[in-house]
Amino acid sequence: MMSAATTPRNTRHQLSPARRTKNLVMGGLIVLATAIVVAPLILIFAYLIREGLGAMNLDFFTKVPAPEGETGGGLANAILGSIEMLALASVLGVVVGVSGGIFLAEYPRHPLMPSIRMISDVLAGIPAIVMGLVAYGLIVLHFGFSGLAGAVALGFLMIPIVVRTTEEVLKLVPQTVREAGLALGLPKWLVTLRIVLPAAAGGIVTGVMLALARVAGEAAPLLFTAFGNNQINLDPTKPMSALPLEIYRGATSAYDENQRLAKAGALLLITLIFLTSLLARRASRRK
Amino acid sequence: MSKRTASPRQLSSGSDRVFEGLILALAAVIVLVFVLSVYQLGTESWPALQKFGLNFFTSRVWNPVTGEFGAAAMIAGTLVTSLAALVISVPLAIASALFVAEYAPKWLANPVGYLIELLAAVPSVVYGLWALFVIAPILGKWQTSFFTSPENVQTLTRCTELWNRNQTSLECFFVPSSAAGRGLALAVIILTVMILPYTASVARDVIRLVPQDQREAMYALGATKWEVISRAILPYARAGIMGGVILALGRALGETLAVAMVIGDSQDILKSIWGNASTMASVIANQFGDAQETLHRSSVVTLGLSLFLLSVIVNYVARLIIARLTPKGIQ
Repeated sequence: MMSAATTPRNTRHQLSPARRTKNLVMGGLIVLATAIVVAPLILIFAYLIREGLGAMNLDFFTKVPAPEGETGGGLANAILGSIEMLALASVLGVVVGVSGGIFLAEYPRHPLMPSIRMISDVLAGIPAIVMGLVAYGLIVLHFGFSGLAGAVALGFLMIPIVVRTTEEVLKLVPQTVREAGLALGLPKWLVTLRIVLPAAAGGIVTGVMLALARVAGEAAPLLFTAFGNNQINLDPTKPMSALPLEIYRGATSAYDENQRLAKAGALLLITLIFLTSLLARRASRRK
Repeated sequence: MSKRTASPRQLSSGSDRVFEGLILALAAVIVLVFVLSVYQLGTESWPALQKFGLNFFTSRVWNPVTGEFGAAAMIAGTLVTSLAALVISVPLAIASALFVAEYAPKWLANPVGYLIELLAAVPSVVYGLWALFVIAPILGKWQTSFFTSPENVQTLTRCTELWNRNQTSLECFFVPSSAAGRGLALAVIILTVMILPYTASVARDVIRLVPQDQREAMYALGATKWEVISRAILPYARAGIMGGVILALGRALGETLAVAMVIGDSQDILKSIWGNASTMASVIANQFGDAQETLHRSSVVTLGLSLFLLSVIVNYVARLIIARLTPKGIQ
């Protein structure tokens, strides 16, 4: 934002060669390093388009994977499984996450507030695979592998992200708005629900979308919860597949056909994730 | 609601209390998730901890057949990959943050900043797939050429002898040990890419918070752009950048599938940076599904518990650093 504030031109000719060279070299290195940082993203996207686009035909969206060693098939089971598990996960993530955010932002003097904030921050850093182990112990051990167990693991991962963004947007709502509501004689809960929350709704939706984009790509917590399923399954109490799971299985498979599906699945997944974060970013910038 | 006739104060106190209770109950689910996680991991890892005690963390033997489990090799693998990725990624991340915050004109800074953020949005499995199909063959080709060139024969024989005795030397640590391209080095490369955006975005934010006066004072003294960066900006933003680095370390420690797909899954203690290894997270991903024996399963969960505690500590320290400096250091 301050990039215009460069070295004043009239001092340049007075610089010693050593200082001038160092300045140029470091500037060059910084540009080079930035190129190195951005390169993998472009390379990955280009690779997936080259390898995966051809496999994205009608079959890809409507059929299930062909048996190992045979050609054809698609990832309909994974696409539907991902959609269903993400929908179930958002119920948990949004209800608990938004409530947590409201609690942290609107009841800052509550004695439990600091510990809930700290635990929410701690949860945000827990590796996804560990959440998979937890969901395994809590659900799979008692009821077997299921899409629901996968959704719970993903929901646990969404909670801290939604809490944090909700808290931040709620704090952006001016205090005067709350005071105006209270001055009209509205109880605090109505002010929160009817005035503060609607004012922050855009930001909260953005936060939920970012959380969804984040967990949509997680395969690790699904390995021992949703487990995967070669057939289309919409029953959340049965094992279910998901895009990241099929990408993992396909990429580590020895069969060309599975690898091909994995690349197409990866292209679909990152395209959806990029679009979601792009939309979320647009929405948050417009405010 | 505006048509209410009774005094609002009387109405509100009761309903407010109900609402507060409801919100608190839902927020308490966060605490419940945490408590359940600790309980679950704790009880499941108890058999292994009871049997092996602290030896679990120091023994190198991980053998499901004989029922002996020690995590030293995975702990070493986790630390080596994470720290190496950190060392490589930090300068790159700071440089890219400087580019976005200080060098690039606005029309370029925004897209580049956004691309770096997208790097964090790429799923772990997709990184793993790319590493496996694109980078591994390149590394594999290079390693094969090392194996087949005559002047390396002596080094290779010397190192193979050492490796067979489960030893290594500094020289042999950098000698290729397999031709598949998979192994520790590939895991480091992919982890480096994966944690870059975390340090970069924190660094960019704190660099932008450095007061403009600070820059102007240096320029007024006739400093070059690099001198302003190295003497006025980076020292000022140092603590914040450190917080970002530790946050990235937390990510690297727990990163699972990309690493599990490329590290080669070997429970040997590391012999060469090119060799197969494993991390705590990769062992969980690769073995938990197949672990039938109670002790094996419990040992894998103990790795999960250790990872859990490690990430709690690392994230706590990172947030402490970031929180401590936000109100005072930067304003």
